[in-house]
Amino acid sequence: MGALAALMSMAAWAEESKYNLPTPQSEVAQEIFDLHILIMWVCVGIFIVVFGAMFYSIWKHRKSLGHKAAHFHENTLVEVIWTVIPFAILIAMAIPSTKAILNMRDASNPDMTIKVTGYQWKWEYDYRTEGIKLMSALSTPRDQIDGSAKKGENYLLEVDNAMVVPAGKKVRLLLTANDVIHSWWVPAFGIKQDAIPGYIKDAWFKANTPGTYRGQCAELCGKDHGFMPIVVEVKSADDYAKWVADQKVKSAAVTMDPNKTYSADELKAQGEKVYAANCAACHQANGAGLPPAFPAITGSIIATGDKAAHIAIVMNGKPGTAMAAFGKQLNDVDLAAVVTYERNALGNKTGDLVQPADIKALRK
Amino acid sequence: MEATNAYAQDHGHDHPTGLMRWITTTNHKDIGTLYLWFSFIMLLAGGCLALLIRAELFQPGLQIVTPEFFNQLTTLHGLIMVFGAIMPAMVGFANWQVPMMIGAPDMAFPRMNNWSFWLLPVAAIMLVSSFFVPGGASAGGWTMYPPLFLQGGISNDMTIFAVHILGISSIMGAINIVTTILNMRAPGMTLMKMPLFVWTWLITAYLLIAVMPVLAGTVTMLLTDRHFGTNFFNAAGGGDPVMFQHIFWFFGHPEVYIMILPAFGIISQIIPAFARKPLFGYASMVYATASIAILSFIVWAHHMFTTGMPTSAQLFFMYATMLIAVPTGVKVFNWVATMWRGSMTFETPMLFAIGFVCLFTIGGFTGLVCAITPVDIQIQDTYYVVAHFHYVLVSGSLYAIFAGVYFWLPKWTGHMYNEKLGKLHFWLSTIFFNVLFFPMHFLGLAGMPRRIPDYALQFADFNALATVGAFGFGLSQLILLVGVIKCIKGGEKAAGRTWEGADSLEWTHLPSPPPYHSFVTPPVVK
Repeated sequence: MGALAALMSMAAWAEESKYNLPTPQSEVAQEIFDLHILIMWVCVGIFIVVFGAMFYSIWKHRKSLGHKAAHFHENTLVEVIWTVIPFAILIAMAIPSTKAILNMRDASNPDMTIKVTGYQWKWEYDYRTEGIKLMSALSTPRDQIDGSAKKGENYLLEVDNAMVVPAGKKVRLLLTANDVIHSWWVPAFGIKQDAIPGYIKDAWFKANTPGTYRGQCAELCGKDHGFMPIVVEVKSADDYAKWVADQKVKSAAVTMDPNKTYSADELKAQGEKVYAANCAACHQANGAGLPPAFPAITGSIIATGDKAAHIAIVMNGKPGTAMAAFGKQLNDVDLAAVVTYERNALGNKTGDLVQPADIKALRK
Repeated sequence: MEATNAYAQDHGHDHPTGLMRWITTTNHKDIGTLYLWFSFIMLLAGGCLALLIRAELFQPGLQIVTPEFFNQLTTLHGLIMVFGAIMPAMVGFANWQVPMMIGAPDMAFPRMNNWSFWLLPVAAIMLVSSFFVPGGASAGGWTMYPPLFLQGGISNDMTIFAVHILGISSIMGAINIVTTILNMRAPGMTLMKMPLFVWTWLITAYLLIAVMPVLAGTVTMLLTDRHFGTNFFNAAGGGDPVMFQHIFWFFGHPEVYIMILPAFGIISQIIPAFARKPLFGYASMVYATASIAILSFIVWAHHMFTTGMPTSAQLFFMYATMLIAVPTGVKVFNWVATMWRGSMTFETPMLFAIGFVCLFTIGGFTGLVCAITPVDIQIQDTYYVVAHFHYVLVSGSLYAIFAGVYFWLPKWTGHMYNEKLGKLHFWLSTIFFNVLFFPMHFLGLAGMPRRIPDYALQFADFNALATVGAFGFGLSQLILLVGVIKCIKGGEKAAGRTWEGADSLEWTHLPSPPPYHSFVTPPVVK
């Protein structure tokens, strides 16, 4: 066992090894990395001393060698010494740890703030001052997961829209969740903070160098907990400014006019995209669902029955189940489109159309 | 165990035979045997779930199970192992050993003893059968965190009721043990003369009485949130999801010591016996056990460092958690000092005891790493934590159970177990255990979250290795089954004092196997 522990710590020397924490990309992550190495070595040292003594004893003090048992069974001095020494070591460990905590928890004076909301099973990044809002979901294709296609380099650690931040700036995150508890974790920055529905918690990071950094949701949040990655693209100040400008243009171009009346085909085309991004994880791409937890859309009472009831459940969710309230997540056009899609695709043919204006009326 | 039946006849009162003997028994040995067999069956059941988990994780991608079913497996694996395997095994030891070690004829409340056992199969059936109800078993983790646990079907209610029943059973068992120890010791056996196993169980029983009602309370709050419109854990109704975690871990951390303190007790009986030398620092062992128990009530939030609690709370819980290293260290030092200059032999119980001391200490060290809040931020909810708690629960609690089984089997059955099989069991278990769990430290450090059915490609090698270890470790446990059955059926007759260095009352005053009622007239302890 001693050899095993030694092996672990030898490996700890090599940076970016598969035996240790990832290479730190922020000051906090560096502090954590150093603390971990320090404590590892202290533990290895104690292990070697204590178990060195034990294995020496096992080697020498055995009956088969004719060793006669001594009969001592207490020694106050020795007992006091081995109570006091560990205590002193612990105090020595506590000092740098305390410093690191105080630094880690000091989210004051940030350069920018992003609100992060966890959903089952995607992240929303809301850049309050820049006016940018992104939904960030897994982009690994399903066929890679079920093994019918070759797995890509960033299998399960890739998203459609990454969080983008400037290098060298203190980014404060305000974290919350919409349904269950999630946890936002990027190892390279040394940040992990639970996102708790109904509460806002803050955390911060300052990324040193431009690059792409990956993490995952770290709190069990249901079926697709393992499929909820986090990707942060760190850009130079100029590139970041360019990205912000692009996003604004793009969101203006992409946003469909909520005041227009759309044709069935237009709604279904948009609805298919919305469905794939928001609904397919549970109800499945073909609408078959995974009953009983995740009911089918195809032929369901809700998707083929009363239109108002269908819109209501999509907008308000269903308490006590994993069905989220999408009214807050999606705009009028997307809600109208996805309900139209569900009622006229996936094997359903109600012929009903829902227009953005219908949704808008319901919001009042 | 069959052998004790012979003694059943020599007391002049009627004993039912066959199945009714076991259903109606009020005898501490019979009930101890029932607890131990129940625990072994649950160990195999929970082990099968673990093997399914490891089979899915052998390679990246989804091959065998769906993500929902994977979550059900991890949830039930945790619940079954904690409440079905480890805790009942420890109660089984208490039933067999406490009366014999303190010179009593039986437990204080024999009928309650019967009931506290027979509640267990009811709860176990409820848990296991929840796999077959619509929606499948609970999938929110053994920690049952809301709001996730508020989603989901009837199986979550079954889990809540199973936890209630298990809690009632544990509380009754604990009351029985406390009463037995405090009232039924032989003349002359003062508290500070009790074998350490009895001491650790006395303290454990108080922990159980203190925290099982807390667990029952919080799962009841889940139940009313689910069905009766309360909002304890729903922020939209004025509740707080994190409050559940505080209450759960106020139970959960003492629970960790409920599973490990009796293990410390078993190890403290075995090491002196095979070192042929009295336990070093008996009094400090007692004080260390009590200190660990008291500290266990003020460290719970170290399971919650990432919830965003105030900085001052993080500091407090870090310091308090680090303090636990002191009494735990004292115990390890005392065991090593007991071996020092002894006259050691290495039969199977001693091998498992030494394996316990080494591997549990590795788990203790990683526990210290986890106590350091900034480091814990990185490893919370990763495979590092999975490795940590399996080092303390498998190579800790479970190894102590194995050690205790081999140590006392000759006393219980009157036959020696097969030493070759025992040693084979030890070495295979130990090798595969480390192949299974050691790589998980690396996985966690490199960033693999726990409770995921599929993972990124850089984690593939260590996961494949861990799966190989898992199947090796799982299959090795069948050796234990064979060894125990062979020992019950027959074998070399065991002497009353089977082990040269063992000096508690069951070895010095009773034959192997002991009579049905251990001490009808109490021995006098000098």
